[in-house]
Amino acid sequence: MAFALSEERERELEEILARYPNKMAACIPVLHLCQDNNEGWVSPEVIDYVAQRLELSTAHVKGVVTFYSLFNESPPGKHQVWVCRTLSCALRGAGGLLTHAEHKLGVKVGETTEDGRVTLRTAECLASCGSGPMIQVDKSYHENLTTEEFDRILDRLLYEG
Amino acid sequence: MLKQTDHLTKNYGKPNSWTISVYESTGGYRAARKALSMSRELVVDEIKKAHIRGRGGAGFEAGVKWGFMPKEGEKPSYLVVNADEGEPGTFKDRTIMEQNPHALVEGCIVACYGIGAHAAYIYVRDELHLAKARLWDAIKEAKSKGYLGTRPFGKGYDIEICVQTGAGAYICGEESALLNSLEGRRGEPRLRPPFPAQRGAFGSPTTVNNVESVTLAAIAIALGGEEFSKLSALHEINDGGIRLFGVAGHVKKPGIYECAVGVTLRELIYDLGGGILGDRELLGVIPGGSSCPIMLPDEIVNVPGDKRFEPYNGKSVLDLPMGVDTFRGIGGMLGTCCATVLSDAADPVLAAQNIIHFYRHESCGQCTPCREGCGWLERIIDKVVEGTATMEELDLMSEIASNMTGNTICAFGDGAAAPVMAFVRKFRKNFEDYVLTGGKSQTKTLVV
Repeated sequence: MAFALSEERERELEEILARYPNKMAACIPVLHLCQDNNEGWVSPEVIDYVAQRLELSTAHVKGVVTFYSLFNESPPGKHQVWVCRTLSCALRGAGGLLTHAEHKLGVKVGETTEDGRVTLRTAECLASCGSGPMIQVDKSYHENLTTEEFDRILDRLLYEG
Repeated sequence: MLKQTDHLTKNYGKPNSWTISVYESTGGYRAARKALSMSRELVVDEIKKAHIRGRGGAGFEAGVKWGFMPKEGEKPSYLVVNADEGEPGTFKDRTIMEQNPHALVEGCIVACYGIGAHAAYIYVRDELHLAKARLWDAIKEAKSKGYLGTRPFGKGYDIEICVQTGAGAYICGEESALLNSLEGRRGEPRLRPPFPAQRGAFGSPTTVNNVESVTLAAIAIALGGEEFSKLSALHEINDGGIRLFGVAGHVKKPGIYECAVGVTLRELIYDLGGGILGDRELLGVIPGGSSCPIMLPDEIVNVPGDKRFEPYNGKSVLDLPMGVDTFRGIGGMLGTCCATVLSDAADPVLAAQNIIHFYRHESCGQCTPCREGCGWLERIIDKVVEGTATMEELDLMSEIASNMTGNTICAFGDGAAAPVMAFVRKFRKNFEDYVLTGGKSQTKTLVV
């Protein structure tokens, strides 16, 4: 089924377009807007929509989508958890957190729990080096994490709401 | 020399430090007012006198960069603020955007005026959602006060600021990749020339500056360029003012500290950072993001025939003031001035593996030496850690890294190669132990 934005989101798209001297520059913010309104992923229909709306080729939009790691080309879980694995966090115990999460969720990095609630990923440096180890859950940071706190966060994601 | 200051960070930690009322209660927006009452040329002159060395890592003088912008042209000029902070170990710009976003907005007003731009794009990596929200709010507040828009502070010089978002790509912190990304393309670096000041965003003259650099420009205008520069212990060698120092990894008090330029690594680690976790020995320190070669405490400054280094020759590199040219002079790199500290609990081979994994993941793939080189390095380091590598492969790592250096469109290749060459050379014994015994005498861990 063809993808479309709600009227309210269309207005948001118009606001985005007004920021730039051409339509192409809106490509990344508009892809985010669509992804956020398409259960967290950029489907082929979203690519068609963005291409048509911004007067770009689908090849261009697909090229952009595949270049950036935060555009999902398949549906993620209801929540996405990124464990920062880069050096400063690794020096503060990120490796242990990751192993713990894999064990608790029963998935490997990149996979989604069977109930579709949580996708586990690793992140490269999230600019939070002074407060490692840290994770990003959807759009928020959780810093200076202990395994116990991480556990509580995962429990909330798995069992609440 | 350790001299803590609070020009940029005085409101950090205060309730609502990100609002305009708090910002103005401590003198905020005076610099923007002042700049707009000056001529454009005078603003650039002051920034030149301030000797702000680019805080994104390259250390190029901000004032000189501003001076490259054309006087008047047919095309509009742009300011693009590089807020794609992602160099491993670096977390200073995020604190500005989250805790003091108005300082960046004020910096943008000064910079736009100085370079002759009427629009600024702040390119923030997607993950920093709080930073983006605070910046948008700050822009809205400034606009409603009449500090942005058609007549900022009553002056007929219109200025608009937009926050642009990335989508997860370290390479977009490279300025020409950032410009491609801003334009809605894949974030692949561009060949230069043309340089951004000639043809940058949307084919127009553009200045790309780091968040901290732009923010400091406003402080330099407030204090006066020369006064600002003189705050630095390295004022004489054109490395002026104050900067944000970060310290992370195996220290007791990781964080961001504002100081006059000229702090030493020893002061950063032991005074500001509170010393090593568990009072262990220092193994090494990566001074400013993972692209900088790691430095060891027993390395000695030895730059004969250069007057600037006379007081430091024969001393540990930990006692050399952290400056763009001081570190360059000893074959190192200051980078972003956010240090990652490794205690002797950390296995340097695993640290190298962690860093190589990062670069393999983030190489954009445009240039063959970088794309293939990073993958090859990763395959070898993985073998080293598994205990299946050969001695020849250790030499091969240095050779691959050396062949990446200088052979790519952007500096990513060099940034990936430099730490590898440093780790393999400086920790040769540890690498060899992995080859000979599978790492029998190594800690095989990164944590204390």
